[in-house]
Formats: sequence, structure tokens, C-alpha cells
Amino acid sequence: MTAVVSQRPKPSGFRISKKVLPYVLSLPALLVCIGILIPFLTSVVYSFQRYRLSQPWARQFNWGDNYISFFTDPKFWNTLKVSLLYAGTTVVLELLLGLAIALLLQKRSTLNNFISIMLLMPLMTAPALAALMWKLMTNPGFGVLSYLASLIGLQDFRWASSPSTALFTVVLVDIWVYTPFIMILLLAGLRSLPTQPFEAAALDGVPRSFVFFRITLPMLTPYILTATLFRLLDSIQQFDIIYAMTQGGPGDTLTVFQVEAYLNFFQSTNVGRSAALMIILWAITYFLSNIFIKNWLRLRERARGQA
Amino acid sequence: MEHTSLLERILRGIALTLVVIFFMFPIVWIFMMSFQTNETILRIPPQLIFEPTLANYTALITGKLMTAAGTLDIAFMRNLGNSVFLSVTSVAVSLLLGVPAAYAFARHKFRGSEDIAFTLLSFKFAPALLVLLPLTLYFQKLGLANTYIGLIWVYQLICLPLILWIVRGYFEDIPADIEYAYRIGGHSWFATFRKIALPLAGPGIAAAGLLAFIFAWNNFVFALVLASADKQPVTVGALAFITSSGIQYGQISAAIVLSITPTLALALYAQRYLVEGLSLGAVKG
Repeated sequence: MTAVVSQRPKPSGFRISKKVLPYVLSLPALLVCIGILIPFLTSVVYSFQRYRLSQPWARQFNWGDNYISFFTDPKFWNTLKVSLLYAGTTVVLELLLGLAIALLLQKRSTLNNFISIMLLMPLMTAPALAALMWKLMTNPGFGVLSYLASLIGLQDFRWASSPSTALFTVVLVDIWVYTPFIMILLLAGLRSLPTQPFEAAALDGVPRSFVFFRITLPMLTPYILTATLFRLLDSIQQFDIIYAMTQGGPGDTLTVFQVEAYLNFFQSTNVGRSAALMIILWAITYFLSNIFIKNWLRLRERARGQA
Repeated sequence: MEHTSLLERILRGIALTLVVIFFMFPIVWIFMMSFQTNETILRIPPQLIFEPTLANYTALITGKLMTAAGTLDIAFMRNLGNSVFLSVTSVAVSLLLGVPAAYAFARHKFRGSEDIAFTLLSFKFAPALLVLLPLTLYFQKLGLANTYIGLIWVYQLICLPLILWIVRGYFEDIPADIEYAYRIGGHSWFATFRKIALPLAGPGIAAAGLLAFIFAWNNFVFALVLASADKQPVTVGALAFITSSGIQYGQISAAIVLSITPTLALALYAQRYLVEGLSLGAVKG
């Protein structure tokens, strides 16, 4: 190859190798992932089968039965409801809280930078371990949060072990872990905004609420959208926090998609139903990720443009 | 923004204090619990002042837990070792596979390059169990069930898309002219890649590697489904530890502290790159 190139910048031999080269470079990465595509297709097949690990002899195609039975299956509707509720609550609360914190820390100062770095720590904690930490703190016997709850008059507050507060508790852990994610993206967005519109508004004595709603928010929208969709994609698939905290319980209070599929597969060994659940979740995330990628690409182009 | 009133500054101060307390308290509390004996932990109201003890850490590190009923073996250090091994190896494999691919995607727009890049990206967003559940059945047939090789392979789903998209951005930031100039000087493609592109994207590659390490370390579901006790990383191991050790809350806290320290330390070290990494290169910090 060296000999060919040394003649001129663009000889014909160079062009041929240039055609093959990128494929050679990206092929190994691709091959590793193709191995993963096969189970995906298998999942599709399973979802059209009556397949229980406990009764392998009865395995046969039942075509759409797994999906059709969902319509009349209250457990499925519960799964859908809890998943959407969980994703909706966490994302909205994290967005509001993250935006508020980002605004508080907007000004570059040593203290603000220090706080923003500290706030990253929950995000870097493994969600499963974060759930365990909260489980220790909400233990009815000695948990510090149970004690604090009793101080403000909530005697016998059961946190994750009571059906009425279980969702609240896991949402709280999710907020603890993931609010910093939204905060740090929006903070980077806020700090990258051009200063001229704000200076002009200050000169004209424009009220600050007007500046916020008419200048800051619209300019921040691409960042907000990307952060929100990113979180939504993650949150609708939440498994770690819920499984580590309650295993989907008490009862079926918290059987979100992935937890329900996991329990279906390993406890009731109903592979068909588990696969059908995952395909439905996949369809939801596929739809969301298409919207996400458009926004994400636009933002990425902009970031590269700045470089 | 300069003429903020005193009242506003006080309110901001209070709000920030509350935020810091909410986000830091759990870490501080678990850290404190890890230096207490069960006796002080179980005291009500919870104690802020206590005599710190290293007994919990000693028990974890020696793997022997002294209880009233006798000694209990804890395999927690094994989990910690698994975490280190799985994360380091997965990231190394990912870098080996992902960096050349990222270079190809950044420098050569070839047929289907965007499709391939997006397919890799889409792995990050697909539900993990969709792939993992059938994979358990395949792995059993292939003999990969509960092996490090199988786990490292699956961990590529976490590490590869991350490394590919972050490093690609860094390669795109290098002006192509520098590389052309070097090539006109008669150097091969590979020499250009090694002498020009790699060093210039070096910090980005390191950051992507660190982030991929954090994500691999923090992963839970992959090992929960595919590994049994002797291959499990800390995330899964700690959960099992809670059920097996029952009421040894001090040791559990110490185990959690040991499990989260590596990622927290790395995050502090790499915080400059976190924004870019977390947004897969869409937002610059």
C-alpha cells in the first residue's frame, strides 16, 4: 500500500483500498453484534409460540395467541399501566427538578462547579446498588428514613413493602439516581447558550420571567428534548431499581415490562408470554428512539459545529 | 443578573443546600453505617456519633463473618474481583473493536456506514431482556452459560455503542487535512492512523473507555440472567449477599461502599468528559 500511495495523493490503487478499508475496520465490531441479533429474531419466533420451559413437549406455534390474550389479561394491563406511570412520573419530576438545579448552578463559580460534580455521584452509583442503599435506609426496624418519617407523624410508613407507597419509593430512588443526568445535560446546554440575547434583554429591562419563558426555554428546547427522550427510553425499561428493591412486589404492584418478562421467564417459565411482552416493549422503545435519534443528531451536529 | 437581592440569594442558598442534602445524604449515611456494628445501627433514634469500627471491612476482606452462631463464609471479594475482571476485559475488547470502526465511520463515508452505525446505536436502546432471555437458552446449548467469555461478549452491547459514538465524534473533530498532509508525505494509511489520528483522539478514547468501564461495572441485568454465583459482579452479588447474610447490616453497607467507590472515583477523575459521554457525543461539556 505504501508504494502505491507515494506516487501521488490520489492514485487508482489507493481508491480501491479505500473502498475496502472501512469495511475491514468496522467488520469485527459488526460481527460481535450480529451474534446478538439472532436472539432478537428468536424472541420474535418465541412470541408466536406456546412455549413453557416446564412443558417443552407442548411447544407449538399458536401464532397471535400470546398477543391476543393480552387484551383480556388484567395482568398485562397492569404492566402497561405501571410502566407508563413509572416512566411518566420519573421523567416529569426529574425534568422539573433537573432544570431547577441547572438554573441554580448556571453561573460559573467554584462552588457551583463543585456542587455539580458532587451531584454526579448518585448517577455513577449502580442503580441496583442505589436501590439497596435506599432499602437499608427505609428498613422499618432501623432505617433512618423510616425514623424521619415517624418524626413528621408518619408512623409505620412502610415504603416499598406497602402496595400504596411502593411506586412512590422506587420513583424516589429513580429520581435520586437520574435527576443528575438531566441536570448535567441542561447545565451544559445553559452554559453554551449565546450571551447576546440575554445582554440585550437586560439592557432593555425585560422582566426575568419573560426572559426565561421567551429566550432561555426556547433556546434550551433541543437539550430538554434530548435529555427527556433519553430518560424516557431508559425509564420505560427500568429493571434494576425495581427488581433490586421489591422484585416487582408487593403482589404485582410494580411488575413493569422487564420485571414481568423476567418473572414470566424464570418463575412461571412461560417463554412465549415473556417474549411477547418484550416485543411490545421493543415496539414502544423503537417508536421513541426514532424520535429521539432525530433530535439527538441535530444536537450532535451543533456540538460538532462548535468544535 | 448582578443585582440579585439579598432575599433571592438566601432562597437560592437554601434551595441548593436542600438539593445537596437530598443527593448526598444516602451516600454519606451508608458510608457511616459501614463503620458501625449492628448494635449501634439498630439503635433508635439513629446515632450520628458512634465509635467507628473497621470490623465490617475486615470481615469482607478476610471472607470470614463471625456471628453468634459461628463463622460464615462470604464470597464478596470474589464478586469484586469479577467486577474488575469483567469490566476491564469488556472495555479492552470494546476499544480493540470499536476504535477502528469509529475511525472508519468518521473518515470514510461508505455504503451503509450510517445504517451500521445506527444499528449499533439501537442496541443501546432496545430492552436488554429481549435479547438476554433467548440468549440464556442459546448459551446453554453453546456451553457459554456462566462463562466469562459469554459475559464479556454480551457486555459488548453496553460498551461498544458508547465507545463507537464517542470516539467517532473525536475523530471527526480532527481536521482531515492533517492526515492528508501526512499521507502525501508517503506514509501508509496505518501509519497515519497510528501516528496522527490515535494520539489526537487519545483523550477522547480514554474518556470513552472510562465511561464504558463505569457502565459495565454498574450493569446488573446481564449478569443476573447469565451468571451464577461464582461469576457474578458486585451489583448482583450484593443483592444475593443481603439475602444470605440476613441481618448483617454493617457488612452490607461496607460491601456497598466498596462496590460504588471505584465508579465514583473514576467519575470524579473523568468528570470533564461525562457530559459528552452521557449524551453519546451530542452535548459538549
